[in-house]
Amino acid sequence: MTYHDPGKPKQIDDRNEYHSEKPEGVSSQVETTEEIRVTTPPEISGMGHRMKRKEDPRFLQGKGNYIDDIKLPGMLYMDIVRSPYAHAKILNIDASAALELDGVLAVITGKDLEAHNLHWMPTFQSDTQMVLPTDKVIYYAQEVCAVIATSRYIAADAVELVQVEYEPLEPVIDPFEALEDRVIVREDKEVKTNRTWHWETGDKDATDKVFREAAHVVKQYMYLPRIHVASIETCGMVANYNSSTGKMQLYMTSQAPHAVRTVFALVSGLPEQKIQVISPDIGGGFGGKVPVYPGYVVCAVASLLIGKPVKWIEDRSENLQADSFARDYHINAELAADADGKIVGLRVDTLADNGCTDGQASSSKFPAGLYSICTGAYDLKAAHVSVDSVYTTKPTGGVAYRCSFRVTEAVHMIERMTDILAHDLGIDPAEYRLKNFIRPDQFPYRSPTGWEYDSGNYEAALKKAMDMIGYDDLRGEQAEKRERGELMGIGISSFVEVVGAGPSKDFDILGIKMFDSAEIRIHPTGKALARFGTKSQGQGHETTYAQIIAEELGLPAADIEIEEGDTDTAPYGLGTYASRSTPTAGAAAVMAARKIKAKAKKIAAHLLEVNEDDLEWDVNKWQVKGSPEQAKTIQDIAFAAYTNHPDDVEAGLEATDYYNPPNLTFPFGSYIAVVDIDKGTGVVKVRRFVAIDDCGNIINPLVVEGQIHGGLTQGLAPALYEEIVYDENGTCLTGTLADYLLPTAVESPKWETGHTITPSPHHPIGAKGVGESPTVGAPPAIANAVVDAMWHLGVRHIDIPITPEKVWKALREAGVQD
Amino acid sequence: MITGQFTYFAPTTIEEAIQLLDEHGFEAKILAGGQSLIPAMRFRLSQPGVIIDINGIDGLSGIREEDGNLVIGALTRESMLEGSHLVQSRYPLLADAATVIADPVVRNMATVGGNIAHADPANDHPAVMLAYNAEVTAVGPNGARTIAIDDFFVDFFENAMEDNEILTEIRIPTPASNSGGAYIKLERKVGDYAISAVAVQLTMNGDTCIAARIALTNVNPVPMRAENAERALVGMTVTDDVIETVGEEAGAECDPSPDLRGSIDYKRDITRVLTKRAINLAIERAH
Amino acid sequence: MSKHTVTMTVNGTKYTREIESRLLLVHFIREDLELTGTHIGCDTTNCGACTVLMDGFTVKSCTVFAMTANGKSIETIEGVAQNGALHPLQEGFWEKHGLQCGYCTPGMIMSAKHLLSNNPNPTEDEIRWGLSGNLCRCTGYNKIVEAVQYAAEKMSAEQEQDA
Repeated sequence: MTYHDPGKPKQIDDRNEYHSEKPEGVSSQVETTEEIRVTTPPEISGMGHRMKRKEDPRFLQGKGNYIDDIKLPGMLYMDIVRSPYAHAKILNIDASAALELDGVLAVITGKDLEAHNLHWMPTFQSDTQMVLPTDKVIYYAQEVCAVIATSRYIAADAVELVQVEYEPLEPVIDPFEALEDRVIVREDKEVKTNRTWHWETGDKDATDKVFREAAHVVKQYMYLPRIHVASIETCGMVANYNSSTGKMQLYMTSQAPHAVRTVFALVSGLPEQKIQVISPDIGGGFGGKVPVYPGYVVCAVASLLIGKPVKWIEDRSENLQADSFARDYHINAELAADADGKIVGLRVDTLADNGCTDGQASSSKFPAGLYSICTGAYDLKAAHVSVDSVYTTKPTGGVAYRCSFRVTEAVHMIERMTDILAHDLGIDPAEYRLKNFIRPDQFPYRSPTGWEYDSGNYEAALKKAMDMIGYDDLRGEQAEKRERGELMGIGISSFVEVVGAGPSKDFDILGIKMFDSAEIRIHPTGKALARFGTKSQGQGHETTYAQIIAEELGLPAADIEIEEGDTDTAPYGLGTYASRSTPTAGAAAVMAARKIKAKAKKIAAHLLEVNEDDLEWDVNKWQVKGSPEQAKTIQDIAFAAYTNHPDDVEAGLEATDYYNPPNLTFPFGSYIAVVDIDKGTGVVKVRRFVAIDDCGNIINPLVVEGQIHGGLTQGLAPALYEEIVYDENGTCLTGTLADYLLPTAVESPKWETGHTITPSPHHPIGAKGVGESPTVGAPPAIANAVVDAMWHLGVRHIDIPITPEKVWKALREAGVQD
Repeated sequence: MITGQFTYFAPTTIEEAIQLLDEHGFEAKILAGGQSLIPAMRFRLSQPGVIIDINGIDGLSGIREEDGNLVIGALTRESMLEGSHLVQSRYPLLADAATVIADPVVRNMATVGGNIAHADPANDHPAVMLAYNAEVTAVGPNGARTIAIDDFFVDFFENAMEDNEILTEIRIPTPASNSGGAYIKLERKVGDYAISAVAVQLTMNGDTCIAARIALTNVNPVPMRAENAERALVGMTVTDDVIETVGEEAGAECDPSPDLRGSIDYKRDITRVLTKRAINLAIERAH
Repeated sequence: MSKHTVTMTVNGTKYTREIESRLLLVHFIREDLELTGTHIGCDTTNCGACTVLMDGFTVKSCTVFAMTANGKSIETIEGVAQNGALHPLQEGFWEKHGLQCGYCTPGMIMSAKHLLSNNPNPTEDEIRWGLSGNLCRCTGYNKIVEAVQYAAEKMSAEQEQDA
């Protein structure tokens, strides 16, 4: 990977003519509607039905099967000794007392792994990461060695007995200081620098010209702090190596089981067919369960060495302190407008604190992910974006927090900047957005940073949000309150998401192209089993995939069993993250179903003794044109596929599809937040929040609403509450849920949601993906509302999380007292 | 996150519990609700060799009025305060606090006695009891003794009880007529310790404050009364200016530490703001 | 290591086991009784995934020693459905899409059950405060509130019918 070689620090975006060749059948424009398309009756429950989730009965009765519920005969337990320093030499590890404890079988150190060349592993960004250290630790709570014992309790006791001697080194906490290379984090690298890579995109000269000619320019530095997904279930594994068969079963909390299997095969040298990765029910992922953490590898090695099943379950503190994190972007942005106030240019320099390794789960071509979507919903003349990445003595940064590869950073920046510019020009932020949006007739739209937006109607979404919340009345109320000295703010975010990676030509994980897969088998009795390369962590795939197939084949969704997560049975796929399941595997389900439908047509023609051309499809059957009473349902055809199929047609009714999307999809929306601020304490209360989302065609409105509500709370969280904090020694101060503040039902407001529908022209069912839109879109709406409440006091910007103290400080500096 | 090993006793009488305490000394810890102790043990910040679980002792739990006092058994769960008509109707300061301690599930286990005995300046009851001028009953091998709440919190996480004593009761004097109280807590989210919180209990005669006690949560190494603030209030005809001065005194006399909840300046200033709000609410309730 | 005999009734069945004194109630339920519907999500009483009813009151079973539950009656998510019929709360969570990954759901349902037993017709605010000891990372809580409202209405209607 060239960009890891500091000898060649520049990596320029090489997407020349990105998607200039449109795939066949892609129309250039689509209409926006509000009505959800329903073509099947409730007993079939295809797309558009508010179907209750098929997966729920087991969860409701405590019968889910999560990683810690798995218990195998003779199973051992692993616990991990972790570093109390962010940066230190390891002088000695004395495990003798631990090994003397009754029930302790082994203590595994970096030296033990080194003997098998397993002490380092690749990250999904082709960087390297320590599994266990052999000479020094480079983040607080880093895995130092692992204890294997007969019970969880004994393993915990043994951890206390391992004596590790450290020589503390100076930590590297500030990424700007890291740039100076005074203390080197990664001494294992050939070139001694903390600089990891530099990436830029857009046209620098054209952008500079636009800025020279601009009538108005606003500048702002902003920091998006390090945050953690904190799914309620932590990570874990049960590794089960059978020495007689050579088979390694890895039950693990993985959002991408196939990719993990391949990585394990490459790293361990075990033959890939002997590795079975099984992701059981997952208690929330949000991207935090995409990477492979040291604990997984050590657990697998322990089972391999001991020949017994070994379980490892993270504590919450381990989870919050040591696995992987998101954001940590320092952004210097400039936005330019012409004399008419029209936005014309964007210039952005960014410093990314990626911690001790580049472990981002994004494509090798895009080291800063999809950050260059940052021109957002606006039609700019030119833009230039650059990002520099550095190592610091912190755990892996930049991985995920329910966000499609750095889109949250992009959206926060452009939506804050647009608000600042609107306020500076004295134009209402809603009016200003409407004036600057990309118009519906401009789609497909080529952005100045090289993306081709598939479809959009930004005006429709914002106008709907304004109607729903009563925008004009709220502005009136705000003016009255301001007279009385009360602080109320209204904030807008009109975001553009970019999700659904592939296209394979541009997106990969460690060289594995990003596509996704579906395999459908119709049984003789007309029931079906479908398997996917993705893995739900609560998104409802068992229901929504069944609805997609029901839509295509007319089989009742209730008759379709969905399976994911077992690499021995599921077709190869890249997994579920970055809102990619519907755009990729969902599309694969459609394509596989259509292959089945084509075969079904041949069988129906045979059964009805007509020519295939004389048949037409109607919901769930092939019928004779002009004579609909002559028809064969999909169930009739399924039975015939095994009992009475034509001689020239193979038995069975199955199909598999590996779907490579022709482009990404671009969901969007407009959110409006109303906040009240307590002048005495600085507390921000989100009084109302309206979210209008457009994710193209909707598969299950109930599930979509649920995704949006959940994403909004995960947008509220970093806006007001969550931040991972380190002290000057690099010690994590937010290592429990007592200090890393997840909102409860009290902090989370009652979300008001709605939709517009602008289908994706290139997705086979016009869907776009929705899981991350609200997490991406919500933070700037809240931040904009807070600043809007205080703009007249001279406040231009407050970094998230907007804690009461930050607001209090801004108020007191502005002379506001209580 | 597994606790260290310990020897476990579940005495059924207070005498038995005291005997065990006497025997095991500082090695032993009393387990009441366990909502502070057990997490500390799971992080191995606390590793007692002996646990004396008093949950099986009858008669340590309950809320009643007796001889001009509200008597709260040490093992009374926080949620019982929320459910007590007596507390809700006559002890608004206590009722306020009862709804903001930890969260509703924790309150079903957490005990009033534990919250006080832990002597954690971040806990809510110390300030409440200081404002009420409560008394604590401690029982040891030599019988019961009463400790005035003003003498109870001696240092950071240290109370005035001997190692072999158990807190059995808290007694709150029934407020005089025209009295009111309030507890106002600012927390980062539900379940959090206070950034700052203010407990006020006062008695009014018309517009004049004739008695007041003000105490603060989590802005001092030891649970504290804001005595300068009290002096600025008692005997005064209460005006906005007086209340402002009282608030300023409270903000000035506390000694907060900077942490994730805020800087020293922030904590002082919101202590000022919350003090004013608590006084206003207490006066409203007094009338 | 001190070992003790503990006896408790869980979902109506009486169990007696020899246990280590430090065994947490949640591990007793999950490991000794193999009732894995009760989950673990933190170490600090913040998340509520381990919430069960002890003598009718919700407790966070990761912060109670199993020995403290000696002689008590415990109800876990596995005991909520009766005779194969879902409880109105389970129905409500299903109807209203009150769960996604399902990990917090058992604790959330136990808390909601306790809430409704004290307050059969809670307001939205009372539901939000009543469930504030339980964290959910997926749903944004709107639909959990709706699920509890559904159950409250259904249970009230059933009670009226019985009367």
